[in-house]
Amino acid sequence: MLERYALDWAAATIGVVVGVLAIGVMFAASAILAPRRPSPEKGIPFESGILPAPYQQSQIHIRYYIFAILFLIFDVEAVFLFPWAVVFMKIAQIKNDAGQLIYSNAVANAVFYEMIIFIAILGFGVAYAWRKGVLQWR
Amino acid sequence: MLRDLIVITIQVFALVTALTAVVLSLVWLERKTLARLQRRMGPMVVGPHGLLQPVADALKLLVKEDIIPALADKPLFWLAPLVVFVPSFVIWVTIPFAQSFAVRNMELGLFFIVAFSVLSIVGVVMAGWGSANKYAVLGGLRSAAQLISYEIPIIMVVIAVIMLPHSMNLVTIVEGQRAIPYALLQPLGLVIFLLAGVAEVGRTPFDIYFAESEVMGGPFIEYSGAHWAVFFLAEYVNTFTIAVLAALLFLGGWAFPLMPEATWVGFLGVLVKAYLVVLVIFWFRGTFPRLRIDQLMSFGWKVLIPLSFVNFGLTAAYLFYGLSRWSLALASLFVTAAVAYTIYRRMTWPARATAEQRLAKARAYRRVETTDAR
Repeated sequence: MLERYALDWAAATIGVVVGVLAIGVMFAASAILAPRRPSPEKGIPFESGILPAPYQQSQIHIRYYIFAILFLIFDVEAVFLFPWAVVFMKIAQIKNDAGQLIYSNAVANAVFYEMIIFIAILGFGVAYAWRKGVLQWR
Repeated sequence: MLRDLIVITIQVFALVTALTAVVLSLVWLERKTLARLQRRMGPMVVGPHGLLQPVADALKLLVKEDIIPALADKPLFWLAPLVVFVPSFVIWVTIPFAQSFAVRNMELGLFFIVAFSVLSIVGVVMAGWGSANKYAVLGGLRSAAQLISYEIPIIMVVIAVIMLPHSMNLVTIVEGQRAIPYALLQPLGLVIFLLAGVAEVGRTPFDIYFAESEVMGGPFIEYSGAHWAVFFLAEYVNTFTIAVLAALLFLGGWAFPLMPEATWVGFLGVLVKAYLVVLVIFWFRGTFPRLRIDQLMSFGWKVLIPLSFVNFGLTAAYLFYGLSRWSLALASLFVTAAVAYTIYRRMTWPARATAEQRLAKARAYRRVETTDAR
């Protein structure tokens, strides 16, 4: 089991290395084949051929921040949902070493309804945000 | 152990080659499909039916000068293509093409895919910020807003899928569809997955963050040559990933009706299904106009996210109360049809209203004319 996980992550690491390598070969080929004649005009930021206005990196509007916070809520929720989705139907069948069921049926039901309540609370939060007009792009 | 590592390395190299071939074929297919939709021939000159056109394009991009703007943040500018491409490539390590035809059949495969595919967002924002260009910064931020918004429906749909076979292993998920593909059990899930997937890849109805007419290429505005080619590559790899995932999660993967059970049949089955999904994605591009950014965000937050929760709730209720398959399929189909009808009405409403207005005006005009004649 442990070896299997080790190999999984080794494969992911090899994937990263090979991906970087493939891109590196491409960049190297381009560095050898492509011409390189820098000029001050080429270095100007492109703004439809007009000389750029004095500032380059504009200020960031607050709305991006609000959407990022909303996303964070759902993402944390997803962390709880993934394991729940895999085991919630199996929890009544989990046995201990002696072969007895660990959880009673009531616990298995509670596992389901707890998640429903959790999602309902989050849904209320989103409904509140919607009602307040946060979801409207302005 | 060492032997396993060597085998994995060889397989990953084969994967790079195969994916490059797939990207070239997709570029050709997209240009041909769009051309046919617009009653043109598309590329015809380089090779038979323009088959070598993508190769020629790739070569051209390699020999083009790689311009780096003077004010650019050079490390960010250089690293951004890598950060976009590598995560979208790494997830291919665990995507199976037949029962035992994957580099690694990970136990948490789907979780790995969802977790890694989000990383490319960082790369796009890096590209936007590093370019030191107003449009690029704007495009980068837009991409962050769009991609995180459409990530949630994808995650919720994926959770609804893993509830059915109680596993995140892609092989187990596909084997769970022997009797009935999940596309028939959760049509709503498939529709949400496709729409959110197209948005996640940033293809045309949802390509707001590099829209030419608004931000002129967005985060990629200052990129040229090989650097730009990497973004291009990543976009097509992502498109194919979404298509293959749709084929594996919803269309039954390598289960192919009326064909013998064999590895090559399964491989072919997945490939055929994935290319069909890709064709649908290209068809979207040829048909729908681009959304405005406020429409895009409201579609994500007010339509797709509530719908994905409905899909999740339906599946959870089906499993927990032990309802019949028919009830889940029919409920899901009903919600899909209702949503499709509502969207259709909303999309055609402005044109309809204008037409009715004009008709009323014409009628009034004609009434005036006839009374004058009298």
